[in-house]
Amino acid sequence: MENVISPTKQSEPHSEMTPRLHTVQSLTHETRDTFTIELTPTDGGKPNRFAPGQFNMLYAFGVGEVPISISGDPDKPDRLIHTIREVGTVTKALAHLRVGSTIGVRGPYGTPWPIDKAKGNDLVIIAGGIGLAPLRPVLYSILSDRRKYGQVVLLYGTRSPSELLFRKELQKWRARFDLEVKITVDRAVDPWQGNVGVVTTLIPRVSFDPDQTTAMLCGPEVMMRFSIMELRKSGIPEENLFVSMERNMKCGCGLCGHCQCGPLFVCQDGPVFPYPQVKKLMNIREM
Amino acid sequence: MNQEKPDTNNIFVIKKDSLAGLFENITKAGYEMIGPKLKDGTICLDKITSLDDLPVGITDNQEPAQYRTKQSKSDTSLFSYVVGPHSPKRYVFPPRHQLWQINRVNGDQQIIAQPLPKTKLAFIGIRPCDLAALKITDRVFKGGKYTDAHYTEGRANNFILAVNCVKPGGTCFCTSVGTGPKAKGDFDLCLTEVYSEAEHFFILETGTKLGSKMISGVTTKPASKAKLKQADKLLKAAEKNMGRQLETDNLQQLIYDGANRVNWEEVGLKCLSCTNCTMVCPTCFCTSLEDTTDLRGTTAVRTRVWDSCFNEDYSYMHGGNVRSSSRARYRHWISHKLAGWVDQFGTLGCVGCGRCITWCPVGIDITEEVVSLKKRIATKKAEATAKER
Ligand SMILES: Cc1cc2nc3c(=O)[nH]c(=O)nc-3n(C[C@H](O)[C@H](O)[C@H](O)COP(=O)(O)OP(=O)(O)OC[C@H]3O[C@@H](n4cnc5c(N)ncnc54)[C@H](O)[C@@H]3O)c2cc1C
Ligand code: SF4
Ligand code: FES
Repeated sequence: MENVISPTKQSEPHSEMTPRLHTVQSLTHETRDTFTIELTPTDGGKPNRFAPGQFNMLYAFGVGEVPISISGDPDKPDRLIHTIREVGTVTKALAHLRVGSTIGVRGPYGTPWPIDKAKGNDLVIIAGGIGLAPLRPVLYSILSDRRKYGQVVLLYGTRSPSELLFRKELQKWRARFDLEVKITVDRAVDPWQGNVGVVTTLIPRVSFDPDQTTAMLCGPEVMMRFSIMELRKSGIPEENLFVSMERNMKCGCGLCGHCQCGPLFVCQDGPVFPYPQVKKLMNIREM
Repeated sequence: MNQEKPDTNNIFVIKKDSLAGLFENITKAGYEMIGPKLKDGTICLDKITSLDDLPVGITDNQEPAQYRTKQSKSDTSLFSYVVGPHSPKRYVFPPRHQLWQINRVNGDQQIIAQPLPKTKLAFIGIRPCDLAALKITDRVFKGGKYTDAHYTEGRANNFILAVNCVKPGGTCFCTSVGTGPKAKGDFDLCLTEVYSEAEHFFILETGTKLGSKMISGVTTKPASKAKLKQADKLLKAAEKNMGRQLETDNLQQLIYDGANRVNWEEVGLKCLSCTNCTMVCPTCFCTSLEDTTDLRGTTAVRTRVWDSCFNEDYSYMHGGNVRSSSRARYRHWISHKLAGWVDQFGTLGCVGCGRCITWCPVGIDITEEVVSLKKRIATKKAEATAKER
């Protein structure tokens, strides 16, 4: 058939809105409602390369398509990895995939975290809930090039202990001497012995050189707003703060209008923004 | 269509009947013609095949929330009305458009992309504001990092016979945004109709080589100075007859200032979030995607459909809508048109066609909203200075 999109024809002009089919290689449950899938292109080729912070549009057969950040290691390009929280129609359909199932993938789209720019600096990474998924590739990249960075701090908050993602990795990371990991939960449940409270309460308890620190934040907008207030108090300049924004997205590539926040297309100008670029917008209601 | 500069030596005069020959040439060249047609009392853009399909002796009356056409028996003019609810947008960027389908065959899935449009479209009687709108959607769909292949292909095969506006409507304000009433290029051919009881002729300007080719055998008669003057006089008068005016001084700053400083309650209470303004707007480009499957679940189809920022679920994210009030949606829409667009695409998103004013069921008027915003900001500033004292 003449219009069948073959993998080698990805550059065809009308393929921007056409997904590349991928096969599910594994599906692992992280928590009650969150899972990680590993995908390989059905055409036998390699997944498209990505930079930490970028996202793909994932399509479930006949159900719909949603933006999901890439949560894997950019230096392991054989498998495409996504971590997804089941919240509604499409994410539920994705949760019901089995090994061998096929889904559509478009991307990667969007701006990456400023990993290179942060070299030589201390790094504070703040994640709330599923927000750790888009930041995991940052940790992978930094740990593979650890000497290039100063202090590296990960602050991670979830609602309850059972909602912590990537438990095994968190444990490994906590055991490292070159990484400071602090975790907090909103509500403790036995046998939780750790911190209780919102993630902002962790900020005054870690040390970094404010003038030489880059901070990367991903989570609910309120959490990012309050964390930024706290980070500013400790003296980090605004231009060293980076946030990942979320909006409804239909195309992911600047064509459908949905993701707009003021004059920005979050899909293309973001999702990762230098804070000064979105500061005003984040403070206007219903923007 | 080529974007060559119009050659002023190529201005002809043509009689109404000779237009038939031009239409024939266009059809012979393999174009399907889309032009104004009277349907349900409304000037629509539809498929036309000959001169006879064009509305004759129709005038229109447009005011906020009001649209009426009138037929006069003695009037034989062809273009004495302005734009109706349709713009060329619906042909180069259809309201519903299948992108692809996936077939499941023996457990394997196969994607079949929709072939690119093959039909060559000739737009007949397109007004300067709509030409400007096409230029704007060109930037949206062809000018960025990612392009819309269907739009791009469709546009590459357009022929444009434009018509200048000598009788602007009650909601028109193209002079304010510099898009009309006279087309400044971006057409293959352009007509100015001169009609009175005493005489009836058209000034015909060619804009491209293709345009010149299309008039072969139709006219070679250069327009006399006197006739040109007649047409120019009408167009000059048209500039003064705009039903509305948009204050564009410092507009972008004004809108951005207004986004968080003032109250949008009044317009929010009026607006029904019906989406009419966005559907008739020739530059609004938002879309959503629809997924359907057949009953056996072996074929899934993905269709792109026009969407509107006034729709409830447009800004939906798990847990709620970003813009749940009409107030916020109206603010978003007007801010995008008059400010955000400038940042995104280097041009206003408004071409002054007035459709959003005419077709708004409660008569919300974008030009008046700008005036009101200016007042609200001024009041707010005055209050602030008063407090400081
Ligand atoms: C750039 C970006 C990266 C993201 N990365 C991840 C990730 O790594 N892991 C993860 O679990 N989630 C992520 N999300 C959120 C995820 O896209 C939504 O949870 C998902 O769209 C919900 O779809 P649904 O059909 O299951 O939910 P429903 O509530 O049924 O939503 C219906 C539709 O609304 C839209 N929608 C709903 N919620 C959102 C939302 N939060 N963001 C954008 N569109 C939405 C979608 O089009 C969706 O199909 C990301 C969102 C964005 C914008
Ligand atoms: S401004 Fe008017 S036309 Fe637009 S959504 Fe509101 S009520 Fe409808
Ligand atoms: S998601 Fe379509 S424009 Fe950003």
